[in-house]
Amino acid sequence: MVDREQHGLWIIWVSFLVASILAVVSLPEWLLWARPEWVALVLIYWTIALPHRVGLFTGLIVGVGLDAIEGAVFGQNAFSLMIVSLLSQVLYQRLRVFNVPQQSGMVFMLIGVNQLICQWVQNLQGTGAPSSLFLLPAISSALMWPVVFHVLRSLRRSYRIL
Amino acid sequence: MDRLAAPIYWVADIPTRVLGWGNTNIQSRSQLLDENEKLSRENLILEGRSHQMAALRAENVRLRSLLNSTALLQDDVLVAELIGVSPDPIRHQLVLNKGARDNVYTGQPLIDAGGLMGQVVAVSEYSSRALLITDATHSIPLQVNRSGVRVIAEGTGALGTLEIHHVAATTDIEEGDLLVTSGLGGRFPVGYPVAVVSKIERDPGQSFATVEARPSAALDRSRYVLLVFTAESGVAE
Repeated sequence: MVDREQHGLWIIWVSFLVASILAVVSLPEWLLWARPEWVALVLIYWTIALPHRVGLFTGLIVGVGLDAIEGAVFGQNAFSLMIVSLLSQVLYQRLRVFNVPQQSGMVFMLIGVNQLICQWVQNLQGTGAPSSLFLLPAISSALMWPVVFHVLRSLRRSYRIL
Repeated sequence: MDRLAAPIYWVADIPTRVLGWGNTNIQSRSQLLDENEKLSRENLILEGRSHQMAALRAENVRLRSLLNSTALLQDDVLVAELIGVSPDPIRHQLVLNKGARDNVYTGQPLIDAGGLMGQVVAVSEYSSRALLITDATHSIPLQVNRSGVRVIAEGTGALGTLEIHHVAATTDIEEGDLLVTSGLGGRFPVGYPVAVVSKIERDPGQSFATVEARPSAALDRSRYVLLVFTAESGVAE
């Protein structure tokens, strides 16, 4: 049983690592505001797929890592990703029966919450966005959700991560 | 924690580096010849200017010694390469490939060919993180090159705009004025160009004029930057 619990753990961490790299890849200037929140998307997928293994604590660890990578205020992403994983844990039974476009709608809401929390923290620091453009990642993330979903699901199935 | 960030940025930068390598290696002969010719012409002009500079510097040192004032020292520089920029469009930070190993220190000024870019805010073993002058949390003491008026320029979070606050309506500052570092505060060395005044609005109803300036450095384009070691390096935190 213990063996089964640990099975495929490295796939989960590698997917988070790839998401962190995508989170800092340089983009053309007109796309900067619309960068999808890759790490949050991967976190949402794993929380829905494996709620008994991935949750608040994973959100905390990944968030602290993302804070260090982005040079954000310490705890900003940790806090927002914990909220996102908490919400996905509450919603996972519903999300599982949704089809992919419906899931995209929920992802839009979840990433929107994530962006709002990040924006609050940045406003406290004095580096808030001058416009509502900071909500653009919610749309782009919802559009990218089908891709993330299918890639991670085929990974999970081929490696039989339960 | 920056130790964790550097490898991630390094990996994320690979496509850009490959493209850059392709650009430099897959060039036609005629293009290279053209560029070579252009560069040697530019080199000739710069060499001529530097000879002139040497004479001027000698004269400056003589005059300064006549005035009994301290000699201005020339600053050492270290070339660093950009390995990443902050993914957040609001946060203007760069990750550089030089760190504590190369004696980079917190607070070290950063310049490019155009002027001052910012300062180093965090140093790890092999990389460092720099804050640009346009970041919303950054302010810098400046001086108008023409009149000597001292001002403080604050970043706005928009690349290409600095705001200068608390400029009285009667202050001698005009559009097109060059702003250079004043050296006050002891963090930045004196006399590096920083920005050019781009907009002044004097509203009689307001006690201060609204002044905006455009940074002279190519903040979003430079791939190579210079870390300046000032004469009295290691400014107190």
